[in-house]
Amino acid sequence: MATPTAVPTLDPTTIDQFTPDAMAGVRSFPAPPEIQGAIGFAPELSEGWEARAIARMGELLQENRALRVFLDACVHCGACTDKCHYYLGTKDPKNMPVARQELLRSVYRRYFTFAGKWFPKLVGARDLTRDVLDEWYSYFYQCSECRRCSLFCPYGIDTAEITMAAREILNHIGYGQKYTSEIIGKVHRIGNNLGLTAPALRNTLEGLEEELKEETGLDIRFPLDEAGAEVLLVTPSADFFAEPHIYSLIGYAKVFHAAGISWTLSTKASEAGNFGLFIGNHQQMRKIAHRIRDAALDLGVKRVVVGECGHAWRVAYSFWNTLIGVGSGADPDDRYGHLLQKQLDHRYKQPSHICEVTWDLLQRGAIQVDPEANDHLTVTYHDSCNVARGSRMGDTPDGAFEIPRAIIRKVANRFVEMDPATIRERTFCCGGGGGLLTDDLLDVRIKGAAPRMAALREVVETHKVNFMATICAICKAQFTKVLPAYGFKMGMVGGVHQLVSNAIRLGQNG
Amino acid sequence: MSGLFYLATLTFLIGMVWKILQYARTPAPLKIPTTPAPPTSAGVVARLARETLFFESLFRANLLLWFFAVLFHGGLALVFIRHLRYFVDPVPAWLVWMQPFGIYGGIAMVLGLMGLLARRFLIRRVRYISTPSDYLWLVLLLVIGVSGLTMTYVAHPDVVALKAYIQSLWHFTPAPFPADPFLTLHLLGFLVLLALFPFSKLLHAPGVFFSPTRNQADDAREHRHLAPWSQSELESQ
Ligand code: SF4
Ligand code: SF4
Repeated sequence: MATPTAVPTLDPTTIDQFTPDAMAGVRSFPAPPEIQGAIGFAPELSEGWEARAIARMGELLQENRALRVFLDACVHCGACTDKCHYYLGTKDPKNMPVARQELLRSVYRRYFTFAGKWFPKLVGARDLTRDVLDEWYSYFYQCSECRRCSLFCPYGIDTAEITMAAREILNHIGYGQKYTSEIIGKVHRIGNNLGLTAPALRNTLEGLEEELKEETGLDIRFPLDEAGAEVLLVTPSADFFAEPHIYSLIGYAKVFHAAGISWTLSTKASEAGNFGLFIGNHQQMRKIAHRIRDAALDLGVKRVVVGECGHAWRVAYSFWNTLIGVGSGADPDDRYGHLLQKQLDHRYKQPSHICEVTWDLLQRGAIQVDPEANDHLTVTYHDSCNVARGSRMGDTPDGAFEIPRAIIRKVANRFVEMDPATIRERTFCCGGGGGLLTDDLLDVRIKGAAPRMAALREVVETHKVNFMATICAICKAQFTKVLPAYGFKMGMVGGVHQLVSNAIRLGQNG
Repeated sequence: MSGLFYLATLTFLIGMVWKILQYARTPAPLKIPTTPAPPTSAGVVARLARETLFFESLFRANLLLWFFAVLFHGGLALVFIRHLRYFVDPVPAWLVWMQPFGIYGGIAMVLGLMGLLARRFLIRRVRYISTPSDYLWLVLLLVIGVSGLTMTYVAHPDVVALKAYIQSLWHFTPAPFPADPFLTLHLLGFLVLLALFPFSKLLHAPGVFFSPTRNQADDAREHRHLAPWSQSELESQ
């Protein structure tokens, strides 16, 4: 499948040179019927799908104000046209955010608005045909739901919301994507996206304890399902065995060890990721999140902490309180919310990001670090899109930018920023988010990584940067794969807690 | 003419109330402000004010587009205020004072519109996403603006009769319309705009206030945000 992709060059003077439909044929594998059926969607397209699609669109319009307003409000001003990394990398005009929205909006206009019913040509309205549907499938899986476009749109139109709605309609009528549907099936069946069973997980964690014992001589623990622990750590399952993810897991364990905080992982909640977000399905998102509520109640923990995962943090920070009550501020007569919230310790933010935990400990001097341990590294930081534009850390709006950087500056002596137009809220997606992290989309992924890779190249050349830290499992996996395509070493990417792990002082915090 | 006047106004009012109610009644099931976002509602008011008065996001996105958009919308606002003199009687002193600014506004508005139209032709990306209606809206606004400026500078209509006419509409006792080709064009253009407003992309005007990415406070951890339909069976256990 993976044909070698020519690495795109980004030249601002050619921003207007594009090739219509260049990427129309690039499609991830559709989900086979048994995979779709297993998670409650129509197994495959069948007679009458048009009407069912329009009906579902009608329901979504009733349920979600964002969708309604976004479909109405766009003035085709074009401010977003050069903001998407997939447009910049593929030069397919349908990857311009507004053009992507238009794929759905044209159908909305036709079936739900006066102008589109009577003057379709005038306002660019279209019937929903099989060709249109295939086009949806192509281009709504070439959007990583990174929200960069929403930052620049004068009305805040978020293409991610449109993409989610389109994917929900596609799934509803039986035209799902294999990668996301398969993973959602796994998280329900086994408990995590990677299909790691409880015994395998226990084994892995014990192995890590032994390794660390050898390395440090200390009993640094990776507790699993320990009732009564103070902290439940929910982390992406890639942290359990993928590289470089696992180095961050070791970092979390060292932080808890050094600070003397009792913590536990959970077999039931052995996954922070929530692909329900990617497919825009509220019920799936809730059901997947619900395992965390159950685990927190079962184990009686006082705090829920989330590991390094971008979209998981968005779901946790922005949606958990709504979906499963992990948060604060539930009314006393909100029994469901209150039941969990009275158990949690509200002196801490619920949920907390592992970076919030570590930064708090560093600030209070509850853990000590030797930044010299990272002197072989010149570090830069890649803001992950869901953290940057869909969540927050700490008390100030820019906490999600400042806290990870503050940690890095504390644990490493050499830190360099990339081009200001590519960091903080203006960060570019890694190119693999939002349900695109599959080999059948490698072409899109490599092209979509171009803006980030260009910014990285600049600091590699001028400052000899040799480590790009990030706090997202998808970013880490994506970069590991695409860095070599751009001539970089794949080991250049790693987590913030990988740096913490190198620098933290253990067992001498008396 | 008076019949059209009432019809267009009524269509506008009913259409807008319908749309605004629809927006207001449709729930926002999740917290989706585009972050960094203000944590308080006071902050949200400030964000929306910056967005609607200064086009903050557009400024960050594209300076040239921002410039034309400000020229057009700012000009339009001044023109709008200037036209109040036809509706209020007596005309207050400040309104008399600002009349020349209204004219500058008219010029700015037309220049802005020409810039916006030129973009649609000259920038290939923008041409690609433009529908026929996008051009027609700009043309319609230009017709209104240019006919207005023509009456200011070239062919003055009988403004006393015009004011009397509008006052009579106000009291539902329509007087005869002071027929004048530019005035007719100007007013017809405006009425078309008014009647189509609620059925078109002009809905961006109310839409921006209802946009969840802009009007939600970033307080998801502090308050449990709920939407009726999204509460699951799980909650009632
Ligand atoms: S959400 Fe991100 S990937 Fe999707 S259209 Fe917008 S900028 Fe592109
Ligand atoms: S910036 Fe917003 S209004 Fe302008 S074209 Fe893009 S989505 Fe439409």
